[in-house]
Amino acid sequence: MSDLQALKGKYLAGIAAAADEGALEELRLAALGKKGEISLLMRELGGMAPEARQAAGARLNVLKDEIDAALRARKAGLADAALDARLSAEWLDVTLPARPRRTGTIHPVSQVMEEVTAIFADMGFAVAEGPQVESDFFNFDALNIAPEHPARQEHDTFFMARAADDPRPPHVLRTHTSPVQIRAMQAQGAPIRVIAPGRVYRMDMDQTHAPMFHQIEGLAIGRDISMANLKWTLEEFFSAFFETKVRTRFRASHFPFTEPSAEVDIQCSWVNGQLRIGEGSGWLEVLGSGMVHPKVLTAAGVDPTEWQGFAFGMGIDRLAMLKYGIPDLRAFFESDLRWLRHYGFAAGDVPTVHGGLSR
Amino acid sequence: MKLTLSWLRDHLETEATLDEITYALTDLGLEVEAVTNPAAKLAPFTLARVQSAIQHPEADRLRVCIVETDEGLKQIVCGAPNARAGITVVLCKPGDYVPGIDVTLGVGKIRGVESHGMMASERELELSDEHTGIIELEGGHIGQKFTDWLAEHRPEVVDPVIDIKITPNRPDALGIRGIARDLAARGLGLLKPLEIEPVPGGFPCPISVTIDPALKAKGCPLFTGRLIRGVSNGPSPQWLQQRLLAIGLRPISALVDITNFFTYDLNRPLHVFDAAKVKGGLHIAPAKGGEELLALDGRAYTLRPGMMLISDDEQPESLAGIMGGEHSGCTEATRDVFVESAYWDPITIAATGRALKISSDARYRFERGVDPAFTLPGLELATQMVLELCGGEASDIAMDGAVPDTRRAYKLDPARVQSLVGMEIPEATQRATLEALGFVIEGNMVTPPSWRPDVLGEADLVEEVARIASLTKLKGRPLARETTGVPKPILTPMQMREKAARRMLAALGYNECVSYSFIDAASARLFGGGQDACLIENPISSEMTHLRPDLLPGLLAAAARNQARGFADLALFEVGPAFSGGEPGEQQLQATALLVGASAPRDAFGSRRPVDLYDAKADAEAVLAAVGAPTRMQITRKLPVWWHPGRSGAMALGPNTLCAFGEVHPRVLRDMGVKGPAVAFTLYAEKVPFPKLKTPTRPALELSDLQAVERDFAFVVDARVEALVAVNAAAGADKGLIESVRVFDQFTGDKAEAQMGAGKKSIALSVRLQPRDKTLTEAEIEAVSARIIEKVTKATGGALRS
Repeated sequence: MSDLQALKGKYLAGIAAAADEGALEELRLAALGKKGEISLLMRELGGMAPEARQAAGARLNVLKDEIDAALRARKAGLADAALDARLSAEWLDVTLPARPRRTGTIHPVSQVMEEVTAIFADMGFAVAEGPQVESDFFNFDALNIAPEHPARQEHDTFFMARAADDPRPPHVLRTHTSPVQIRAMQAQGAPIRVIAPGRVYRMDMDQTHAPMFHQIEGLAIGRDISMANLKWTLEEFFSAFFETKVRTRFRASHFPFTEPSAEVDIQCSWVNGQLRIGEGSGWLEVLGSGMVHPKVLTAAGVDPTEWQGFAFGMGIDRLAMLKYGIPDLRAFFESDLRWLRHYGFAAGDVPTVHGGLSR
Repeated sequence: MKLTLSWLRDHLETEATLDEITYALTDLGLEVEAVTNPAAKLAPFTLARVQSAIQHPEADRLRVCIVETDEGLKQIVCGAPNARAGITVVLCKPGDYVPGIDVTLGVGKIRGVESHGMMASERELELSDEHTGIIELEGGHIGQKFTDWLAEHRPEVVDPVIDIKITPNRPDALGIRGIARDLAARGLGLLKPLEIEPVPGGFPCPISVTIDPALKAKGCPLFTGRLIRGVSNGPSPQWLQQRLLAIGLRPISALVDITNFFTYDLNRPLHVFDAAKVKGGLHIAPAKGGEELLALDGRAYTLRPGMMLISDDEQPESLAGIMGGEHSGCTEATRDVFVESAYWDPITIAATGRALKISSDARYRFERGVDPAFTLPGLELATQMVLELCGGEASDIAMDGAVPDTRRAYKLDPARVQSLVGMEIPEATQRATLEALGFVIEGNMVTPPSWRPDVLGEADLVEEVARIASLTKLKGRPLARETTGVPKPILTPMQMREKAARRMLAALGYNECVSYSFIDAASARLFGGGQDACLIENPISSEMTHLRPDLLPGLLAAAARNQARGFADLALFEVGPAFSGGEPGEQQLQATALLVGASAPRDAFGSRRPVDLYDAKADAEAVLAAVGAPTRMQITRKLPVWWHPGRSGAMALGPNTLCAFGEVHPRVLRDMGVKGPAVAFTLYAEKVPFPKLKTPTRPALELSDLQAVERDFAFVVDARVEALVAVNAAAGADKGLIESVRVFDQFTGDKAEAQMGAGKKSIALSVRLQPRDKTLTEAEIEAVSARIIEKVTKATGGALRS
């Protein structure tokens, strides 16, 4: 048995001293290979008496496992050492800029439209749409703006050119999103709750006006919807949108398509020239609204003796300017890359009511 | 509409402050746009008395004054020649801002003598141009506020001017009395009674008036007037001039100023004719067309048939209800004046005014609606004032027609205020409000006053009540949801598609633009537009004359502007409407993306290369996938002219082009000033079919445990054979077995032609075979390979590359 001890000592020493995988393989073959010393000893077991065979076999197996384990451990050690040696030579400048990847942006108008839609969707409003070239019926007549009424002149309307042999009144670029009220009610009847965001056009261009901008129309018609419901709806909306409690002030006004009509101010303050919504004692005019005029309901095929409700319209660009501190309306449409990058939103910033409207 | 506080007080007896009045006005729907309070800039100045004035030791023209002020004696150096002991002066102290010289005073030293403030001239306080000396005041006491002294002695210079935006439904508020009536109804004072004393005529009116029967029916139901003879028409008195000046009108002469006064005071436009110039009677008739009239604005107008015209026996004299004629206008020499007060139909006036592009205070008011019942009372008041200011003797009244009957009544349902507005207002208050506004109530029927043409239904009564009560008091009430439970999605599939395309484009690194829907004619024509159907009749500039036929011109223009700012590499997109015509609905939703310049900035890895067709195609495919387009489409070369003829393609399903992609035509780039290369793609969002059956369930996942086999093939084909032909042919070789065919290489160009022959290229395909029921044998693989080679060579006319 001292043979086995010697054998063990020889191989373990050899394994410990092996310098590379080749030397280890030689040792494995010498000990455990087909003709290895331990393998040969194993073969001799066959000629032994059963009892002796059992004892010798067990010892041989232990020795075999020990050598095998030592071989594996040494092999792993050598591999680690080799990897360490390689890694010590591998070095990259981690401060180099990464491979370039473009970063896209969502325009504030689109972002705010999604924000507004998310809030009103939560309050049960669907999204309606209408054409941007409108007939004067939908843009004016159906909204109780008679052809010669001065209110129509106040709209700074863009007209489409009319061929000389076409007797119809010229179409217009819609001056507001209100015609969508008519289209939605004609299509759907009452009750109805919709918002209608989109482009609108006015012949106006100066510091604070662009000939195109974006509005969002709101319409809620039911059996007993009142102006008080309008005030609640708007206060809920503004509080959600500006992410702070916002009070509103209703002021009497006039729009041909609502009766009574109100301009709506939101609470704000100016601190060091900076506007803060939802605090202070100032008021900022943000939208026009009112109870839908009976004539408008009639024009849209809804019986005003049965149904009533509110409508409102506000500027999306203006909401974006107020919320995100964007100074100039005209820059919205100039596509200046610096502006798009600065005021734009990341593709993944999808506003939701449950996850929040802004980061 | 401008008015001064003191003018308002002519009609309103009130203790209310300026702030209370302006707040109430805005709240009532008479939105105050500006308040100019001249007293504000004079607020710091007080009265003082010069005790002594002695010669400055160092300067001939200066005096050293000791001045008695509310803060004791002060030494002030003054250069005014009238600075002397005993006069009462206006004192500006150190720290005060003096508006006329734009200086905030400090304690100064003038030629060695300290001066504690200054005594002001009128010009220095912006009261007038007077600057020959300092102000000397009558009366007043030391320490009195200068503004108080002014209010007492010269109220007009501290009279606040209020500018109100009058909505088109409120013509009555175009008269100061109408504004006062609203304020009185709100409880801010009492509306003073308006006394109208008819002036008896002393002689028959020598000028007869007749209205054409057609106009009497519609256009001019009532025309009144009278002659006042022996007037003297000089400048109007100071008070009247100041009133008009304060609201921005130029005083002209007493007679003209009187008409302007009543226009603003009572919304009663009038006209005055120099009777000496009027031959015979005045005839109010529709124009035949072609008549010319030189109007008081100095411009000549040619009338169109049907426009209302006032003529005498010889010639046109006045554009009815809009502007008088130069010929019979009043001058300083006018001795006999004919004063006209008529009622003109709003629609007729509006149409004429717009057709002739003529603006006047009269048109502005008549087209909104003046009080028809006030026609004759207005004439009486005007007669009175003419007699007072210009003297003379009034004739009988000449008149044709009658006050049109505008009486109508609506039911007052007190509960309606509650149900429509949501405010609880007692019925008695509602009735009192309406009566204060001049409505007449009999039982529960309410008749609007003749000056409120806007009130046309029950809802208008509700508005009046709520408006006067103040909508500020409105309390919000929750709007109950229409349904219970989790709300259903509210976006339409197309709205979702628009959103998905936008988010994907941004995720791919493009910056979203929102450009104008109208572009210039030349750009529109480059993109198949510019036709007359898309022409805007009244464009705001020559850059915005046509509806855009496509989104690409807007993006290219944006690219050119950004390149001019030094940004050469751009990735821009827009999702929005393009217009194929000028009828409602002739608009299509496009998602268009543009890549210009290089794919990346210069970097350490050599990433930078010019953008090419395949960049655009890759992004187009990503966006198509995002909107749910089918994965397999035909690729054609049928594209409009703004694409590069050989380097662009269209992804189509049958006749429907879903997406165009490729290089923008270099000529288009040149015309639009963009430095290339530029590639783009346009997704025609509405052309992408929606799935026929919408179900969230996915088809079962079929996985095979059997080893897939990949085999590579290279074919030599003509240089213009499209890879897709080879791919489709290969895929068709065994549809059950072939899972995918991929192009993994192509070899083109001079080297390729040197090897394979002129006009040839090589395409390399990798075919993946996925057995379903048993592992493929070598023989089976060989058989499939042979079929692939046969199909591809047949379809392409090429050969397997050896």
